Amino acid sequence: MTAATTIPNSLRTLPDERGHFGQFGGRYVAETLMPLILDLEREYRAAKEDPAFQAEFDGLMTHYVGRPSPLYFAERLTGYYRKRAKPGHCAKIYFKREELNHTGAHKINNCIGQILLAIRMGKTRIIAETGAGQHGVATATVCARFGLPCTIFMGAKDIERQQPNVFRMKLLGAEVRPVTSGSQSLKDAMNEALRDWVATVENTFYIIGTAAGPHPYPELVRDFQSVIGKEAREQILTAEGRLPDLLIAAVGGGSNAIGLFHPFLDDPDVAMLGIEAAGHGIESGEHAASLTGGRPGILHGNKTYLLQDEDGQITEAHSISAGLDYPGIGPEHSWLHESGRVQYLPITDRQALDAFQLCCQQEGIIPALESSHALAALEAKAQEMRDDQIIIVNVSGRGDKDIYTVAEALGAQI
Amino acid sequence: MSRLSSAFARAADEGRAALVTFVTGGDPTPADTGAVLDALVEAGADVIELGMPFTDPMADGPAIQQANLRALAAGITTAGIFAIAAAFRARHPETPLVLMGYANPMTIRGADWFADACARAGVDGVICVDIPPEEDEALGPALRAAGVSLIRLATPTTDAARLPTVLEGASGFLYYVSVAGITGLQQAAQGSIESAVARLKAATDLPIAVGFGVRTPEQAAAIGRVANGVVVGSAIVDLVGEHGANAAGPVRDYVRSLRAALTSKEHAA
Repeated sequence: MTAATTIPNSLRTLPDERGHFGQFGGRYVAETLMPLILDLEREYRAAKEDPAFQAEFDGLMTHYVGRPSPLYFAERLTGYYRKRAKPGHCAKIYFKREELNHTGAHKINNCIGQILLAIRMGKTRIIAETGAGQHGVATATVCARFGLPCTIFMGAKDIERQQPNVFRMKLLGAEVRPVTSGSQSLKDAMNEALRDWVATVENTFYIIGTAAGPHPYPELVRDFQSVIGKEAREQILTAEGRLPDLLIAAVGGGSNAIGLFHPFLDDPDVAMLGIEAAGHGIESGEHAASLTGGRPGILHGNKTYLLQDEDGQITEAHSISAGLDYPGIGPEHSWLHESGRVQYLPITDRQALDAFQLCCQQEGIIPALESSHALAALEAKAQEMRDDQIIIVNVSGRGDKDIYTVAEALGAQI
Repeated sequence: MSRLSSAFARAADEGRAALVTFVTGGDPTPADTGAVLDALVEAGADVIELGMPFTDPMADGPAIQQANLRALAAGITTAGIFAIAAAFRARHPETPLVLMGYANPMTIRGADWFADACARAGVDGVICVDIPPEEDEALGPALRAAGVSLIRLATPTTDAARLPTVLEGASGFLYYVSVAGITGLQQAAQGSIESAVARLKAATDLPIAVGFGVRTPEQAAAIGRVANGVVVGSAIVDLVGEHGANAAGPVRDYVRSLRAALTSKEHAA
């Protein structure tokens, strides 16, 4: 089958009715979960058509999350790169400021959507997995807001390196359950959440944090996150009277990136760049770049690019950014990669750290380490573009949570 | 008649349920698995399930998770699993052997490669935890073409409307997962097992084997009174974990007690 490389008329119509993006996606789950997955899909279709659901989502986005998030012209950063570029070069850089959302990242957009679905389905308990703790905090937040009990699964290693977020979740009333199996990080937290879910399907809703997992999760997470791209499109038309030339976003599972990209997929003049975490470098083997360094396989309910060995055993990911530290990627990104619509580029820990500091110094914005990977791509990309061109970078989260990690990496004491 | 059908028919002729036993391949080491498999056969197991280790066994409880990690740490590979299977087939020409595991290790070299390797090693059937009927094409057509049974799972959440979907393309036997949950933890109430098995028997002629959470001879006997087969996994895997390279003896004794309970007239109502 060559479905992966056949380009339909619109790039925005996938997945198909079976949840496939070309050869990717699907519903690779245990039979126990299958009826619930089908039920969720029916419920999501109904919610999408229900103006009351949309109105409630929009209302919470405005009044609780604080949307729309600004599209901000990063004037000093643009100037910084222009000084180093050839004459007439270096694109104008805009930030989509998702870090200004309530809870400090784009994650909340998806959590609001999913908890409204959970309530609609009559579920009375929420579970979620978390890596850096951002999705855990966002989930705990919406659970507090709607009065539902929640259990967050988090790798024991991640709990150690993300103490402030663990405490935040607890303050918000969540139970944080340490996961000690496997590599004790995000993928194992997801395994454990699935193990809980299979035993509690009757009353429990699983809020998956990224645009991955079994269908319909990749689709519904993308749809909830597409608010990012829809706003950015309107905002850039207002500011510049035209569409941007390039979009840049970091990709772990890929929810902030697909949220920004999807509303622009059918605009052929808008190029897109997804940034994978290259850790210590692709050649070191210690990275989290599934597209650059992995190949297609099946994990956590979907077929997608994975870091794995020749026998299909999943290998450990590495990134300085806990939110990118996952050996897979959302299936729509795998499809966009193979179809050539989106380019994907690896950025190392070191490059991300440099971009993190530059953004602090030039713009007075402390970006998340995840977002710093996207910012790091500007060094090469912005300078090779003409000065009448436009880039939008998704600053998906704020970096307050990362100051301990950054301090350690820079050898500073705090 | 296939080895699987023969095994269930033979047990039925003897007026008892078939005993289906599970161990993880390569646990505690690839070299030790053969002796454990031999112990299962000697103790009277009718069908052997050989687990293919995976780094991320998300449908398994702690016992089988740890067995997977032990086996991988000891160096088990897919080639090693097929070597264990082929050697078993050479020693035990009659006993059906089923591979149980997860989609990624089974499909990574292509479904045709896997199905062919199964056929060449004398594997009779495959249970893949995370390929539901909706994704059958990832493995099902290749197995059917190679003459290897695709054993489907039914669960307490598989309702009447969905059951025909599960049964379509199923062969060998139907594995009833008696609890909504992971392997090796709690056991379902006998009453719910009985009504589920009755419902499944009305929908298919395939033998029904019931598993998840079965530990004691008494539980096995009670399930054996209504089902065509009883699956025991985590309890055996626990013994392998506890006794390591010396597990064959304790496994043999334990499986004998299960088999005796299934055979006992006391239990056969």
